[in-house]
Amino acid sequence: MSLTPKQIESIAHLARLELKAEEIPVYTDSLSRIFGLVDELDKAQTAGIEPMAHPLEDQVQRLRPDAVSSPDRRDLYQQNAPQTEGGLYLVPKVIE
Amino acid sequence: MAAQTLADLAKGLRAREYSSLELTRAFLARIERSQPSLNALITVTAESALVEAAAADARLAAGTAGPLTGVPIIHKDIFCTAGVRTTCASKMLSNFVSPYDATLVGKYRDAGAVMLGKANMDEFAMGSSNETSFFGPVKNPWDAAKVPGGSSGGSAAAVAARLAPLATATDTGGSIRQPAALCGVTGLKPTYGRVSRYGMIAFASSLDQAGVITVSAEDAALTLQAMAGFDPRDSTSVDVPVPDYAAELQQPMKGLRIGILTEFFGSGLDPAVEQAVRDSLAVWQKLGATVKEVSLPNLPLSVPTYYVVAPAECSSNLSRFDGVRFGHRCENPKDLLDLYKRSRAEGFGSEVKRRIMTGTYVLSAGYYDAYYLKAQRVRALINQEFRSAFGEVDLLVGPTTPTAAFGLGDKTSDPITMYLNDIYTIGANLAGLPAMSIPCGFVGGLPVGVQLIGPHFAEGRMLAAAHAYQRETDWHLRSPAGWSADFEPSNTGGAA
Repeated sequence: MSLTPKQIESIAHLARLELKAEEIPVYTDSLSRIFGLVDELDKAQTAGIEPMAHPLEDQVQRLRPDAVSSPDRRDLYQQNAPQTEGGLYLVPKVIE
Repeated sequence: MAAQTLADLAKGLRAREYSSLELTRAFLARIERSQPSLNALITVTAESALVEAAAADARLAAGTAGPLTGVPIIHKDIFCTAGVRTTCASKMLSNFVSPYDATLVGKYRDAGAVMLGKANMDEFAMGSSNETSFFGPVKNPWDAAKVPGGSSGGSAAAVAARLAPLATATDTGGSIRQPAALCGVTGLKPTYGRVSRYGMIAFASSLDQAGVITVSAEDAALTLQAMAGFDPRDSTSVDVPVPDYAAELQQPMKGLRIGILTEFFGSGLDPAVEQAVRDSLAVWQKLGATVKEVSLPNLPLSVPTYYVVAPAECSSNLSRFDGVRFGHRCENPKDLLDLYKRSRAEGFGSEVKRRIMTGTYVLSAGYYDAYYLKAQRVRALINQEFRSAFGEVDLLVGPTTPTAAFGLGDKTSDPITMYLNDIYTIGANLAGLPAMSIPCGFVGGLPVGVQLIGPHFAEGRMLAAAHAYQRETDWHLRSPAGWSADFEPSNTGGAA
C-alpha cells in the first residue's frame, strides 16, 4: 500500500510531530514500504479467530484497591521538569 | 586461566581469593580502555561502584553475602536507576535523572551486585543494530566495522568484551537474542511476565520483557534466580512460583524432544549459519535428545504482525513524552501545540518517529480493524501454532539470525531489510515464550548463535539444554582479540 505526502502530514499532526518539508518524502517512502510488508497479513485466514488480548492464556490485567500507595514525592519528580513554579508545571498560555 | 564467568567470579569472591573492590577496579579499567572505541556504555558510574564494592566486601566478610554480592553488573539504559541519568539512548531523556530504581535494578542492588554503568542501546529499544542511539553506534568487539546487533547492543558488546560478567537487557522482538548471537554471548529472554518491568521504559507493552546477557547459561540461571518473581507494581507481572534454576540446570538431555522449525530453514538463511545450527543439534542428539521437524505455517507472518502491534503500542506509550513534566522541551514554544510538536520532533530520532507514525496510522479511525485487529488475529494463530507444537516437542531450536553481524551503515537506508533481521526472534515475543540464544560457532570470523524457544515458564528446561551444550562445547568461552578476560587475583595465591 502506498501513502501520500498529504497522509503523512496528517499522521504527523495526529502524532504531534513537526516534520520538516524534506522529511515528508522520506517518511512517505518508508511508511509505504512498511505497509507493503504489512499487507502480507492479508494472506492469513483469520475468519472466526479472536484477536489475541494477552500473550498468556487466562491472564487478565490485575486490579488493585483504589488506595494511596505512594508517598508525595512531587519535589523530587519536578527536578526533571523543564519549567515549574510553586509546585506546578508551566506550559504556554492555553486560554487567552 | 583468568576467570570470566559470573559463576567463577562469584566463587572467587566467596572464597575471599579477591575482593569486590579489586574486581570492580579491574572491570572499570577495562571499561575505560573500551571507551570510546566500543561505545558500549552511555554512563559509567565509577565512583558509586567503588562505594558499592566496599559495601559488598563488608557483606562478604560478615558472611551475609548472596550469590551475586560483589559481582559487577552493567544495566541497559532503559532501566531506571535512582540518582543516575537514564536516557533510553534518546535526546528526549538525555538529561533525565531517575528519581527511583526499576524493580529489577533494586533486586540486583539488594543482592549486592555492583553497578559499573549504563549500557548503550538503540533509541527507545527500536532497532536491530544499535545505530539509532543518540549517543552513537556501538561497535562489535569481534570486528569494529560490524554492528553488535540491537537493541541491547551495548549490553551484548560489553559482555563480549568482558567489561562485566553480566548485563541486563530487554527483548521486544529479539533485542536480547539477536545482539547476543552477533556478539558471541548468551542471551536470555524469559517468559512474558516472569521478570518485573516496573521502571523499565516501555516500548510495546504486550511484547516487552526484561532479561539478561551473560557468558554462560549457568550464569543466566544464576541471574534469573535474582530477577524473577511477582511484582505488585507491574500489572503484567505473573504470580507463578519461581523454581530453583540451578537445580533445574541438571535436567537430563536423554529423551528431550527437540523440534526444528521448518520455517526457520528456508531461503534467506546463510548456509554457513545453517551448518553451525545443524552441528549444534548433533551435540544434543549425542546427549540423548531426539530431533524432529515441526512446521508453523503462519510463523513467516511474524514480521508484518510485529510491525503493526509494536508501533501501535509504541505510539501510545511514547505519547507521554510531551515536553511538559520531564524530557526535552523546545525553545520558545508559541503555544501548547507548538510545544508538543517541536519538543517531540527534536527529542526523537528518525526511527522512533517512523514507528510512532506507523502506530498512529494503524490505530487511527477507519484503519484499526484492518490493521491492528487483523494483526492481533494473526498473532492468535501464531500463538496457537506454537501451543500445538509444544504438544509434540519440549523445545524448539533454530538459528537466532539469518546471518552473522553485518556492516555499520549496511542496512540503515531501508527499514525493511533491517526489520527482517528479527525474522527468527519475533515469534517468541508474539506468543510470550521464553527464548535464548547461545554461541554455536563462527562464520567468517564472526560469532553466530543457536536459538532455543520453550513453552511458557519452561526457562529451567531451556537453560538445562543450553548448559548441557556448553559443557560439550567452548564457543561461549571464546572472546574477541584484544578483549580476552584478564582478571587475575593479586592478593592471594589462588589463580581464579
